[in-house]
Amino acid sequence: MKRMPEINMQQCNLCGLCVEVCKCGAIVIQNQVIVFTKAELCGWCTICEAVCPTGALTCPYEIVIKDE
Amino acid sequence: MVIDITALSKLSYFAGLPAPELEYARQSFFEKNVPRNEVIFIEEEPADSLYFLVSGVVKLFKTSAQGKEQIISLARPGDVLNDISIFDGGPNEVSAQAVSTVALYGIKKDRLEGLMQKYPQMTGRIVRALAAHTRQLITLVEDLSFKHVPGRVAKILLQTVGTDGNQRLTQQEMANMAGTAREVVARSLKSLEEQQLIKMERHNIVIVDKKGLQRLAEEVA
Repeated sequence: MKRMPEINMQQCNLCGLCVEVCKCGAIVIQNQVIVFTKAELCGWCTICEAVCPTGALTCPYEIVIKDE
Repeated sequence: MVIDITALSKLSYFAGLPAPELEYARQSFFEKNVPRNEVIFIEEEPADSLYFLVSGVVKLFKTSAQGKEQIISLARPGDVLNDISIFDGGPNEVSAQAVSTVALYGIKKDRLEGLMQKYPQMTGRIVRALAAHTRQLITLVEDLSFKHVPGRVAKILLQTVGTDGNQRLTQQEMANMAGTAREVVARSLKSLEEQQLIKMERHNIVIVDKKGLQRLAEEVA
């Protein structure tokens, strides 16, 4: 399954900015919870992380080596 | 369309101004609501109004001759979008685009100058806000000129990949580790990718030239 950005709902204030800025419509608020949908469309642009005012939403990168 | 005096009082230029002065200033403002993705102003075009961001997020960016976009910063509520061009009389130094639904308060340049003449204490606040902006820009110049952030980011990537097979980092964490801003890290990652040292693959940063990355990291050692 394709990985999605991560949300810490304890830090999230449900401001909805991540929903608004997501170009692929992959983020929605359902029953007062941030839910990531349409993982196949998420291009990991990380704009949702950049605009999150509380740092609740993160887009971590896995660091891997391929030249060995 | 009513300008909210509480919102106005939270803007750096007006914070702490007495109520009568705020009320007078309010009459000079207009509100502009901008849908997501709409361009607010364009680089190199003349600026006639100063804009304050009241709600939402605005991307401030420059575009190279080759059409490549470079994000300078993401403006947040309370930020001024185009003070430099308003005060030096030059064209817009960046373009601005709404990345969410945005509410702006704007004031025409001549009305702002009128307010500054009428309320010298407001001019003092503007000078302080401009000085804070200049300080931020100097820090950015310092980061780009002396800190060699791509080298630091290279070092962070090598250290991270070496510790555990499954280490993960956000751009903000890399910025904290490199002692710089998230935007500078984003630029550095792009630069490392252009040098074919890494490859950005969705949520993976793939090191494709470890020796090259090490050479770059050693430059800052």
